[in-house]
Amino acid sequence: MSQSVPVLALKGVNKSFGAVRALRDVSLELFAGEAHALAGENGAGKSTLIKALAGVHRPDSGQVLLDGEPVVFHGPGDARDVGIAVIYQEPTLFPDLSIAENIFMGRQPRRPLRRIDHKAVRAQVAGLMTRLGVDLDPDRPARGLSIADQQIVEIAKALSFDARVLIMDEPTAALTGSETARLFAVVEALRAEGAAVLFISHRLEEIFELCQRVTTLRDGRRVASEPLAGLTQDDLVRRMVGRDLEELYPKQRTRVGETALSVRRLTREGVFRDVSFDVRRGEIVALAGLVGAGRSEVAQAVFGVDRADAGEVRVGGTALRPGSPTAAMAAGLALVPEDRRQRGLVMEMSIERNIGLTGLDRLGRAGMIKRALERGRASDWAVRLQLKYGSLGDHVGVLSGGNQQKVVLAKWLATEPAVLIVDEPTRGIDVGTKAEVHRLLSSLAADGLAVLMISSDLPEVLGMADRVLVMHEGRLVAEIPRAEATEESVMAAATGLGGKGRSAA
Amino acid sequence: MTVTVEKPAASAEGARSARSLVDAVFRAREISIAGALALLVLFTWVAEPRFLNDQGVKDLLLNAAILVLLAVGQSVVVITRNIDLSVGSVVGLSAFACGKFVSGTDHGVLTVLLLGVLVGAVCGAVSGSLVSFGKVPALVVTLGMLYIIQGLDYWWAQGEQINAADVPQSVLDLGSGSVLGIPYLPLISVLVLAGTAYFLRMYASGRELYAIGSSPEAARLAGVPIRRRVLGAYLFSGAVSGFAGALWLARFGTVVADNAHGWELTVVSAVVVGGVAIVGGTGTVWGAALGALLLTTIVSALAVLKVDSFWADAIAGALLLAAISVDRIVNVRMTRALRKRSAR
Repeated sequence: MSQSVPVLALKGVNKSFGAVRALRDVSLELFAGEAHALAGENGAGKSTLIKALAGVHRPDSGQVLLDGEPVVFHGPGDARDVGIAVIYQEPTLFPDLSIAENIFMGRQPRRPLRRIDHKAVRAQVAGLMTRLGVDLDPDRPARGLSIADQQIVEIAKALSFDARVLIMDEPTAALTGSETARLFAVVEALRAEGAAVLFISHRLEEIFELCQRVTTLRDGRRVASEPLAGLTQDDLVRRMVGRDLEELYPKQRTRVGETALSVRRLTREGVFRDVSFDVRRGEIVALAGLVGAGRSEVAQAVFGVDRADAGEVRVGGTALRPGSPTAAMAAGLALVPEDRRQRGLVMEMSIERNIGLTGLDRLGRAGMIKRALERGRASDWAVRLQLKYGSLGDHVGVLSGGNQQKVVLAKWLATEPAVLIVDEPTRGIDVGTKAEVHRLLSSLAADGLAVLMISSDLPEVLGMADRVLVMHEGRLVAEIPRAEATEESVMAAATGLGGKGRSAA
Repeated sequence: MTVTVEKPAASAEGARSARSLVDAVFRAREISIAGALALLVLFTWVAEPRFLNDQGVKDLLLNAAILVLLAVGQSVVVITRNIDLSVGSVVGLSAFACGKFVSGTDHGVLTVLLLGVLVGAVCGAVSGSLVSFGKVPALVVTLGMLYIIQGLDYWWAQGEQINAADVPQSVLDLGSGSVLGIPYLPLISVLVLAGTAYFLRMYASGRELYAIGSSPEAARLAGVPIRRRVLGAYLFSGAVSGFAGALWLARFGTVVADNAHGWELTVVSAVVVGGVAIVGGTGTVWGAALGALLLTTIVSALAVLKVDSFWADAIAGALLLAAISVDRIVNVRMTRALRKRSAR
């Protein structure tokens, strides 16, 4: 089908942000009825490319071609008006407005005198929800929607104007298996109707499942653009990282020591109940389960961010004062949160400042921070974690996702914790950095750190964990030793189909 | 591959109750203000029956009319996550300009009102351009405009004042006349209020104001012309304030350089008490108008009850804090409730 004129194309596009050249002479052609994958590590320029297509960034040089004709988008509205729908990595909704309004903002159906036809809006949204097979109330505000539901709203938005080009930046990162399947069905349907699709995902199997053609970016340049048929996942990874990938899950054998973290009958009404488990030194314990099973909430309660209604947390044998992160940190707990942009980092602050945040009392005297100490601590950890950065004074916001995650890790590891809780440590991180994070966690455990890892990535759970704890609807339903942990046994427990392995206390 | 298979989204019943919950919360705000207002009126009336005689009601409505107008204009700005502190000064300047314009001659009521709107719109255009295109924080811009316009007014007035004797009867009639016993001023305010409410609900540009206040980033990606809309909100607020200035002249006849001095804070209080979130994105002009009516009534009631007027300020302040606390609590609770409903 590539003999026809591409619906949307980039030709020789360059884009720089300050000294960083995000895109160099990149070309891309999207054809009607074809799903095109965009592959590349974090920081390769995928998001910038998408934003150039979506009218958010204007290329410094080069052209955007629509049906073969050069166009200039003056803003996201222009791109939308010619039928380009973009689903961003992080849903961008209006929390105060209803789902229906979110979907139709800026292009509501009109009645005479240009008034909004609220009835038509509601009817169309109801139709979209049926088409998507979801049961979301169009009148409910977007505030409080789960990420998966927010993504659904974004998809409904794209569907609502029968987009000619659908661009999706990691739409499946937060979706469950069934939601992903549903999304793919919708995308397939759109594609069959002649829409061009551009798809970004770090899950290679999804790329192979959904797409016919792939363009690979590395360091802002196009490495290859080719049909997927005949390629293997290894081929693709090699193009992305430019080298053969080492073992993705470098699990080291460790000696398991005494109990470092002990959680007993921890309960938070309506969220999770009666959760008890131990994590010993040198051990990586995975906390698996479905999205919404209460895993992150348990971690937050253990760390004291949320106050538990009942139960006890002991670190190294001493009970923690409930509801106090300060006490938790003093006792040697560290929590690397799921949402690094919101909770893990201060995006506007420099790398060294961010790393210094957890140890302000140790970086100086009498409340005065010594710059030299701060810098020393930061550069120390930056080297240990192989952080890729220009200068330690750079804003964290300019780093790629994987490197941001390393900064969060550095920030917490610098507190020399006895117990490290990591929540989705590799979500949205490219394969190369992912392996580095895994190697790091592994070597930390080998050094005697107790690691509690929350993860929705099943291969990661199976590859890294010494034991797998599985949560289902707010309860700990299974504890599976490494030898017995398989995709089937973990999934069975997570979906509540009766836990294999011994049930937790 | 992930360990993630979720239960189907909220059931239809869950969804329906989520909607009614949200509806109830917002209606509750307006109902509780209306309730407080009713209680206040009732209490004052029992203590001093003259409060609700013909003249009393008329005074109450006349006093509230201008504040309600300003609250409507202010709401539109606050909904976009901005603020307009210059409204008091704009009223002052517009009233004085209109006074100068009519003194001694009769240009007809409409011309005077138009002049007021024009003066206000120019002020709003300046503030709005600085906020939207200059990207200067609204608080700073409009605080600056407050002093600049005030200074301009003082310089122009040079201590002079406009007296009712200089104002033509046609203009004064607007301030004191009535139809079916209801004075013109409150009627005008209600018309502007209803028109604005209709616009905010029924027009895309109205909804976009809410969108901008709710999430500027999402608004940008949705292709909402943010700068144009914010400028529009300031133009509207300015025009309404200027209009209110002309009505001020009609109502009082006497105009000095610093009339409506300090009103901006009362207006912002009224808006916030009325349920328009100071962080933008939520609230209605009806609520804001109720807030304005409540604040006015408190002042009038205390006057009738012969309580020192400084108590009015204290009560207004307490109401403001209460309103903001309630907003915060409701917001947290509602988010939690909605999350629970969509999670299970």
